Amino acid sequence: MSQNIQYTGNGKLRHFLTIDGLRKETLEQILVTAEKFTQFGQRDIKKLPLLRGHTVVNLFFENSSRTRTTFEIAAKRLSADVINLNPTTSSTSKGETLLDTVNILEAMHTDLFVIRHAKSGVAELIAAHVPDHVHIINAGDGQHAHPTQAMLDMFTIQQYKGPFHKLRIAIVGDILHSRVARSQIHALNTLGAHEIRVVAPNSLLPAQIERLGVHSYTDLSQGLDGVDVVMMLRLQKERMHNAYLPSEQEYFNLYGLTTESLAAAADDAIVMHPGPINRGLEISSEVADGPRSVILPQVTNGIAIRMAVMAMILGGESNG
Amino acid sequence: MAEAGNIHIRGGRIIDPQNNVDSVDDLFISQGRIVATGKVPDGFTADETINAENQVVCAGLVDLSVRMREPGLEYKATLKSESAAAAAGGITTCCCPPDTKPIIDTPAMANMLTHRGVEIGLTQVLPVGALTTELGGVMLSDMFALSQAGCVAFSNADTPITNTLVIRRAMEYASSFDLLVILHANDPWLTDDGCMHEGEISTRLGLSGIPEASETAIIARDLALIEQTGVKAHFARISCARSVDLIVQARERGLKVTADVAIHHLHLTDFDVGSFNSLCRVMPPLRSERDKDRLRQAVAAGEIQAICSDHQPHEKDAKLAAFSEAEPGISGLETLLPLGLKLVDEDIIGMNTLISSLTSGPASVLGINAGDLGPGKQADVCIFDPESEYLLDSSKFLSRGRNTPFQNWPLRGRVSHTIHAGRLVYSVK
Repeated sequence: MSQNIQYTGNGKLRHFLTIDGLRKETLEQILVTAEKFTQFGQRDIKKLPLLRGHTVVNLFFENSSRTRTTFEIAAKRLSADVINLNPTTSSTSKGETLLDTVNILEAMHTDLFVIRHAKSGVAELIAAHVPDHVHIINAGDGQHAHPTQAMLDMFTIQQYKGPFHKLRIAIVGDILHSRVARSQIHALNTLGAHEIRVVAPNSLLPAQIERLGVHSYTDLSQGLDGVDVVMMLRLQKERMHNAYLPSEQEYFNLYGLTTESLAAAADDAIVMHPGPINRGLEISSEVADGPRSVILPQVTNGIAIRMAVMAMILGGESNG
Repeated sequence: MAEAGNIHIRGGRIIDPQNNVDSVDDLFISQGRIVATGKVPDGFTADETINAENQVVCAGLVDLSVRMREPGLEYKATLKSESAAAAAGGITTCCCPPDTKPIIDTPAMANMLTHRGVEIGLTQVLPVGALTTELGGVMLSDMFALSQAGCVAFSNADTPITNTLVIRRAMEYASSFDLLVILHANDPWLTDDGCMHEGEISTRLGLSGIPEASETAIIARDLALIEQTGVKAHFARISCARSVDLIVQARERGLKVTADVAIHHLHLTDFDVGSFNSLCRVMPPLRSERDKDRLRQAVAAGEIQAICSDHQPHEKDAKLAAFSEAEPGISGLETLLPLGLKLVDEDIIGMNTLISSLTSGPASVLGINAGDLGPGKQADVCIFDPESEYLLDSSKFLSRGRNTPFQNWPLRGRVSHTIHAGRLVYSVK
């Protein structure tokens, strides 16, 4: 698969669209850079001049408060000028295409677009049509990729559990529709995780998922057996309506993470969730708010990761 | 336009599988008809002589699926532009699916298309009538009247009929008049919002997949109905290995069913979608390597009777969208023959099998008088240089649609002359 579009001719990160096809060194560099920014975030004055004079446009065709906010904070801490745009589907269906919208904003000298869209492949499409000096970060496209989410998850795992090569990780829930799961799988494989498992009923597992380098389980306790990290996914409630699942109750009974089901995992296993949480559907409040949960640190780490990616793409020398 | 005078085609390798001919010889055309091969007929004086040395002379190609886009979608292409593209591709007969706007469900529409085709005069335009009115899947079209108005077959194009009883009745009705029904096997429920083959690549790209069963389940159902109704039926653009198996088994049981495949399914797989290449968005979708190999074998073995272009020209914007939103289809008239010759070069199929899959094969599916260079037949002839090598450049297409995933492919084989109804309608510059 040709994801070379993510690198410039001399190997610098140009766009950040998907983890698939990125080098291990790139991912490690993101983690190291984010670590520096984390320490910095604890100071009283949180601004760095790295992106002064650069314009960042958050172009969110699909709504998201959490992801957009952390991108905005990240860009502002790096002193960039930030503009938030939420083009509604109606304005883009009036004959103005996706690429028209981007071209217009590009003509206003935008340096970096952070793009979220409900259709898979939109970040790639736009990246393939912008001039060399314009950069794209994918903030989630359809069911394809959400690479900054995956990297903040990697950062959190490293923070709490140490090196990847020793770790068993289970990703639980609606793998079929999850861009987060796909990016997590690529990131964990690239960083050399010991074992990656996906756990869901077959109606929520995509075809040939094993080919992405995971083991699949339909039984939660088997899937969680001995794992060091449990990564839960959000379940859209409308999945009941198109026959992916029978009922919320049955799903929670079989796949919900509770104190009882978590007992199958290693004693010191951590619990993660990309948010927003459906309490009582995929995870119990007891676990979500419990001592093993690192859900809030994930959010905090999201800012440092997004600063790191922006700095590596736009910043001059912080990139090796 | 040149008059239908006397043409002498000199020294070409005549390949005419319909008459078991494969030899270097001269071919003589007079007043729109083939008059002889070999010796000059008595009293024949050529108005024009074509030197075909080192070239292949075969019947004009018969393409089972060509979207001309007229009427209704002239912003994509027109009968005029696509007829010129057909002539440049050596194609002298084009079957046009009924999903124009308006739909081909009235004799007036069928007449109009046929006559416009004759008026333009570059290729024969054969309308395929709608199987149900407005392709609605509810009421049967006036099939008999439509056949009288020139419809060679009946199909519901890409709009599946969901009510199985309607399909049964349509088959029963068509069989009363020995009309051919063309079936596009696609279960709309299983396909849902799918936009590519369901497999590793769709999983990787996060695109909704179209399972193989979307095609095979419908073929199995339709075969049961064909067996019961005795209708003459043809499966259009099959894409799966198991579809071939189902159809072969049915033929072994004595069913009169035929099938065709689009040329791109013999060259590309879901892997070619790569990183969301919308030029590879087609329906049915590009399948796996195993499917491609089985389809190739089936063409070689004559289990699939015809190869078509499945020509679907688009304006540029139709492909400049998220993969799932891009319109499906490839502009294929001008690559049908060279991509076929690539299969010959790669020893997948023999030259004679290729020519029959492009000429007499599809002609016999339709039961029309074409794809035949025998004396007295209409002079539809394609002459091509099988050795001419080039990189495909879609900006040179005569088709209005430049949407091809084969851009810059090294190809071999170029049409030098196309003769339709005895007139030279294309010659290479």
